Order: sequence, then structure tokens, then C-alpha cells
Amino acid sequence: MAQSASKHRNLARRRIVGWLGVSVALACAAIGAICLLIILGYVIVQGAGAVNRDFLTQLPHPVGVPGGGVGNGILGTFIILGIATAMAVPIGLLTAIYLSLFGRGPIPEGLRFLSDVLSGVPSIAIGLFAYAVLVAPLKHFSAFSASFAFMMLMLPLLVRTSEQAIRSVPQTVREGALALGMSNFRATVRIVLPTAMPAIITALLLAIARVIGETAPLLFTAFGSQFWEMNPNKPMAVLALQVFTYAITPYANWQQQAWGGALLLIGAVFVLSLGARLMLRRAMRGLEA
Amino acid sequence: MQNAEPQFRRVARFVSPADRGFAAVVYAGSILFALLIVGLFVELVLGSWPSIVKFGPAFIFNSSWDPITSKFGALPMIFGTVMTSLIAIVLAAFIGIMAAVFLADFAPRWLGQPLSFLIELLAAVPSVVYGLWGLFVLAPFMRTTIGPALQHVLGWTPLFSGPIVGVGLLTAGIILALMIIPTVTAISRDVIAAIPRDLREASMALGSTKWETAIRVVLPAARVGIFGACVLALGRALGETIAVTMVIGNRPEISASLFAPSYTLASVIANEFTEATTSIYISALIELGLILFLVSIVVNALARLMIWSVRGSERV
Repeated sequence: MAQSASKHRNLARRRIVGWLGVSVALACAAIGAICLLIILGYVIVQGAGAVNRDFLTQLPHPVGVPGGGVGNGILGTFIILGIATAMAVPIGLLTAIYLSLFGRGPIPEGLRFLSDVLSGVPSIAIGLFAYAVLVAPLKHFSAFSASFAFMMLMLPLLVRTSEQAIRSVPQTVREGALALGMSNFRATVRIVLPTAMPAIITALLLAIARVIGETAPLLFTAFGSQFWEMNPNKPMAVLALQVFTYAITPYANWQQQAWGGALLLIGAVFVLSLGARLMLRRAMRGLEA
Repeated sequence: MQNAEPQFRRVARFVSPADRGFAAVVYAGSILFALLIVGLFVELVLGSWPSIVKFGPAFIFNSSWDPITSKFGALPMIFGTVMTSLIAIVLAAFIGIMAAVFLADFAPRWLGQPLSFLIELLAAVPSVVYGLWGLFVLAPFMRTTIGPALQHVLGWTPLFSGPIVGVGLLTAGIILALMIIPTVTAISRDVIAAIPRDLREASMALGSTKWETAIRVVLPAARVGIFGACVLALGRALGETIAVTMVIGNRPEISASLFAPSYTLASVIANEFTEATTSIYISALIELGLILFLVSIVVNALARLMIWSVRGSERV
């Protein structure tokens, strides 16, 4: 009897431990979510006051002059991202096609490994690379060097996700095209790539989302500018960089603008991430059909 | 290897002229990609060469960083980088793994999906936004509330003594932890979910509670992948720049207190690179970047190998 009672107590103790454990695990999962909501809350509350028409369309004002905006930074972000995308997509897609066609073996495996390693290289080191290749030899900062750094940051994600997208197109689809007499080139460009396109666009959206808020490599590539700069060979204002420089100044007006810029950045990243999710869902449905 | 995927070999045979041209372009693109990565390494070595020649291996052990007399040593930055990353990984590993256990094994669908979604969004928040929040919200809160409370309880250890400035090692570590929690959580959750059901059922059949099964059976089975996730997250923490630069206080000193301002490899580059005037100064900064690059490569290669061994190279 006594033994059975102690067994009973033992089980009760184990159940309580389990219940406590699950509570701790739940709390840990909640911490992440709650922190996100707190950060979002601050950015929205503080940033909403700064964002208005002038903020989106005007040049920055000098210290002490109220008003002004980050219009040139927004424009610069688009220009630098556009050039980076134009460079990253061809290189990334070609590498992805290579990896998906030639699948296994030491060389593709090695390339895959290099790509994964690149994805872990700190963005500041990539900024130094862009500086060494494109800023130091030309002796001036430029938007183009920032695009180059962004391209390096986008490539790993683009390569690996596009490779998976191309691979997920059923082999029978490709074989069908070949059986109808298409060359490998036409089969890839006309049949396989269009089928994989929604997933590839997902990859591109995620890659853009990854770099749009990136600041570290911009410090010594794009450098920043007070003017409406459209020439990619000149230093250019970028939104993320403006948020950083405004945040570390002691002026309340600029700090407020930093929150406004942060709101824009976070909004852009979330829209891109959500867009990528929707795209991915479409891609999955397309492949199932 | 060849038997595993014969269809690739067969389909990838390029015969017609158009195909040869296509193959050439595909090869060229891949070679360019590989060259970019190799070029990254070569340029960093070339850029830091004057500093490597002048200071030698002592660069790593020397603790003075003085641009005026051109004496450069990386030790304070290495210390700051290691300390902030350690704080971050200790916090993030516990929280992230526990969250992963909950999401994989215990969360009902209606709760698990939104929680996963929110935690994944945490990874999407730009670094500079973390820095902004850390600087204006977390740092003051550290100075007025968390810091004094910690000092009240643990002030007798050197780690928690000294003046509380707000910015410093601990604040930077907490911000970093927030930034890498999604990495730990997402990968660990996938690894845990991939553990075969039989194992859980066997454990439950032997009389374990669900919690005992999750902790004593499933977690050990998933340990390689989870460890890989933590190492990967550590790599992110080591190289994180802007957020850390904004909350670490930027002072090249080695101090026992976690409340003290410090400096990291990445943040000293971010702060001083455009102001560096002499070529040896620039070179020393690039050498810091090279150290960061090499460390992050080793850490990432390790993490990838561990995660690959569980999930296969094509699905990371």
C-alpha cells in the first residue's frame, strides 16, 4: 500500500514538473513574440508623428531648422536596390541553373558550400570588399559600390532558393519538353524557368527584404548625401543610413525623423516578407496543379 | 553518387550549338559567382597586408588601440565581440530551444502558427531599427531598472559591479539575443519536428509524460541539429554591426563589468573607417574585418556541416 502511494505521489510530482516545463516553454515562445510587438509598438507610435508628406518628399534640413524629410534617401534606396537587383538576378539565376542541372559532384557541392559561407559573412566585411574594389581605386564614394555590396548580400539567398525552385519542377516536365524535340536551352528557358518563376520571385523579394534595412556596408560605400543625387557614380543618400546618422545625433528633431525612417523601413520589410509568403503559396499551388 | 541521380547526367548532356552556348553562359555565371567569393577573401588579405606585416601576430594580443601614435591591437575588440556574442547565445539558446520545443511538440495549431509567424518577423526587423530601439528604449530601461536590480542581487560579483551607463556589453548582448532568437527557434523547431514519431511513441509507451519525452528523448535525438542552429546564430551575433554600434558605448577598453561600455570588431570598423586618415590605420581596420571574416567562416562552416548532417545539403 505504502509503495503504491509513493508511486502515486511520484507520478503527481512528474506531472507537475511537466506542467511547469510546458509553462516555461510557452513563456519562452511568448517572449519573442511580445518583444516583436513592443518594438513594433514603439516604432509605430514614435514614427507615425514624423511621417507626413514633407517627410517623404523633402530634402533634409540643416540642424536647428525644423521640418525637412528623407525624400532623397528614399530615392537613393530605390536606385541602389534597383542596380543591385539588376546585377544579382542574372548571376544568381545562372548559378542556380548550374547547380540544379549538375546537381551532385565535388564542384557543385563546393559552390553550394561557398554560397552558404557567403551568407554568413558579416555585411560589414562585404562593405570593406566593396570599398577595396570600387571606392579605394576610384578615390570617391559611390552609390554603385553600395549596389555591389548589396548584390553580394543578396546572392546567397537568391542562389539557394532559386536552385530549390528549379529543382522542384518535376523532372517529367523537363523530359516532356526534351521528348518534343526542344533543346536543353529552350526547355530550361521556356518551360522550367516559367514554372519555377513564382518561387524565384519569392526568393528575390526575400533577398530585397534582407538588404533594404542593411546599413553597415553603406557607411563607406554610398556614404550619404544632402542633395537629390541620381548619379550612381556619386555618393548618395540612403534611408537606412539616414536613420542611423539621425539616431546618434543629440537633436530631438532628427531623432524623431529617425523613428519615422525606421517605420518606413519596417513597413517595407514586412510588406516584402508578406508578399513573399503569398507568392510562395501561389508557387506551391502551381506546382501541385 | 552517379547512381543516385542518373537523370541529371542524362538530361544535362548538351549537344546542339544553342545548348553549348547556353552551357557556356551558365558556367560563366557560376564561375563569376565563385570568383566574387574568392575575391572577397583576397581583397581583405591585400587590404590588411601592411598591418599584418607591421604588427604581426601581436595584433591579436595587443590591447592598445591608439590611432594618434599608430599603435593598433585588436584585443579589446575581440573581447567585446566574444562577450556580447556569449551573452547573446546563452540567452537566445535557452529561450530559442524552449520556444522550439513548445512550438514543435506542445502548441495547439491556433497558438503555434501566430507565435511562429511573430517570431519569424522578429528576424525581418532591420538591424538599424533594433539599434534605434535599443538606444532610446532598452538602454534607458537598463540604466534605471534592470541594471540596478541586477546589481542589487549580484553586485558582489565583478560582472555586475561598477557604474551603470545604460549602453554597454549587457545591453548589446540582450539586443543581439533578440536578433538571433528567430534563427535558433526556426531551425530547432524544424529539426525537432523531423524526429521520427516512433521515438516519441516508444517513450510514451514506456510511461514517460509528454514533457519527459520532449526533454529526455526528443531533444537529445535532435541535439546535433540544434547545436548547429546555435552555432549559426552565434555567427550572426559575431558579425552584427549597426545595432551593436548603437548600444555598446564604443570604448576600446577591457572591463570585467558587463555594464561597462566596450567595442566590437564590427562596430569599430563602422565607427572609424571613414575617419581613418593614415593608410596603416585603414589597414588595421581592414585586418579587423579579415579576422571577423575568418571567424565567421569557421563558425558558419561548422554550423552548416552540423545542420547538413541532419537535414541534407539541399534543404537548408
